[in-house]
Amino acid sequence: MEQDVQIKITDRDGKLHEIAAPVDMALNLMEVVRLYELAPEGSIGICGGMAMCASCQCYVLTEHPLREMQDEEEAMLSEAFNVKPNSRLGCQIQITPEMEGLEIELAPED
Amino acid sequence: MIETDILIIGAGPTGLFTVFEAGLLKMKCHLIDALPQAGGQCSEIYPKKPIYDIPAYPEILAGDLTEKLLEQCKQFEPGFTLGERAETIDKQADGSFVVTTNKGTQHKAPVVVIAGGLGSFEPRKPKLENIEFYEDKGVAYMIKDPEVYRNKKVVISGGGDSALDWSIFLSEVASEVTLIHRRNEFRGALDSVDKVQELKNSGKIHMITPAEVTALVGENQLEAIEVTKSGEAPFRIETDSFIPLFGLSPKLGPIGEWGLEIEKNAIKVNNALDYQTNIPGVFAIGDVNTYPGKLKLILCGFHEATLMCQAAYQIINPGKRYVLKYTTVSGIDGFDGTRKEAPKAVVKSIN
Repeated sequence: MEQDVQIKITDRDGKLHEIAAPVDMALNLMEVVRLYELAPEGSIGICGGMAMCASCQCYVLTEHPLREMQDEEEAMLSEAFNVKPNSRLGCQIQITPEMEGLEIELAPED
Repeated sequence: MIETDILIIGAGPTGLFTVFEAGLLKMKCHLIDALPQAGGQCSEIYPKKPIYDIPAYPEILAGDLTEKLLEQCKQFEPGFTLGERAETIDKQADGSFVVTTNKGTQHKAPVVVIAGGLGSFEPRKPKLENIEFYEDKGVAYMIKDPEVYRNKKVVISGGGDSALDWSIFLSEVASEVTLIHRRNEFRGALDSVDKVQELKNSGKIHMITPAEVTALVGENQLEAIEVTKSGEAPFRIETDSFIPLFGLSPKLGPIGEWGLEIEKNAIKVNNALDYQTNIPGVFAIGDVNTYPGKLKLILCGFHEATLMCQAAYQIINPGKRYVLKYTTVSGIDGFDGTRKEAPKAVVKSIN
């Protein structure tokens, strides 16, 4: 079994969490946030992970090479609020071994 | 006052299937939903996305699932209060409940079922100064009655399906339609995007991209909006209406104040028996409830609806005994006088 990756997630209250994200469960960042209950149920991943809401928007704080943004994600972020240049949708970022040490911050709820 | 046997809050798949199961037990249903159409998330967020875990459907589009559920429960003549949010609940002396919406519509029923999914969908409002002041004075976040816009000037903002679809629709109704979006690209069904392109080319839709509405103007009601293209000076467009369509986000909302036991943004229910909440006579089914092992799946909502109806039957028909009947054997008698039944086999000798 592959090793977990260590990720730092700052929640919407500004609290930092260091968590181990499994790489062998086909999880994305949004699902990891839910797995560890770092945001209240119903306030994240509302569309289920289809890039059709922006409830899992996060700011990527490190320079890790992440999956390139696809059209759907870019379009959604163009309609979202509180968007910054480092905004991504957590649901579109699959957990991979290359993400060891990644740091993200959850964007505020609308 | 609307009176019914079971008042269902939420017209998503679980709420719609409740109508069918209740109908088999001769109980009539009325549904309230904050959205202007039935289907909940399935019709609002992802009508054109496939679902693969509905039993017996290897694949079904969420919008088609809604249509089939409506067709399935049609003969039980459900009533609908759409585009209104259930606001308050009051227990009556006779044990029944009165639920009042934000528009003041009152509903009375002995059983209330909350099938509210993630909550009522509230439009995401752009952060514009004074936008609240102009609500219902030119600014609207959803379109309930398109006739309101006949021969009026309309500005729509947004880049998704609803912005595209309403621009297309209103181009035949309004005197002028302007569509404003932050980028040049739109996301939606291919035929909608193509149609908007065609209407833009023929001058029926005025398009401003990439741009943003940055201010609202008007003394007592909306008279104009201010638009800013990136790197350019803002300019004004006269309009009667501004409709920002930036999607919806669900909020548990007023239901959270009803005195129900809430855990993790969901309503705690008794899953060992009938999905009743801590208030007897009030049930919660589908994505809105929680219990040990809860899974937020449509198919689980269907199961919960079926069991809940048995408990509702006992409340509505106290002491009456009930034996489970199979639809294949008994057929279905609709409240509209229709009857569905299995075709009878013939008994005939073969010589």
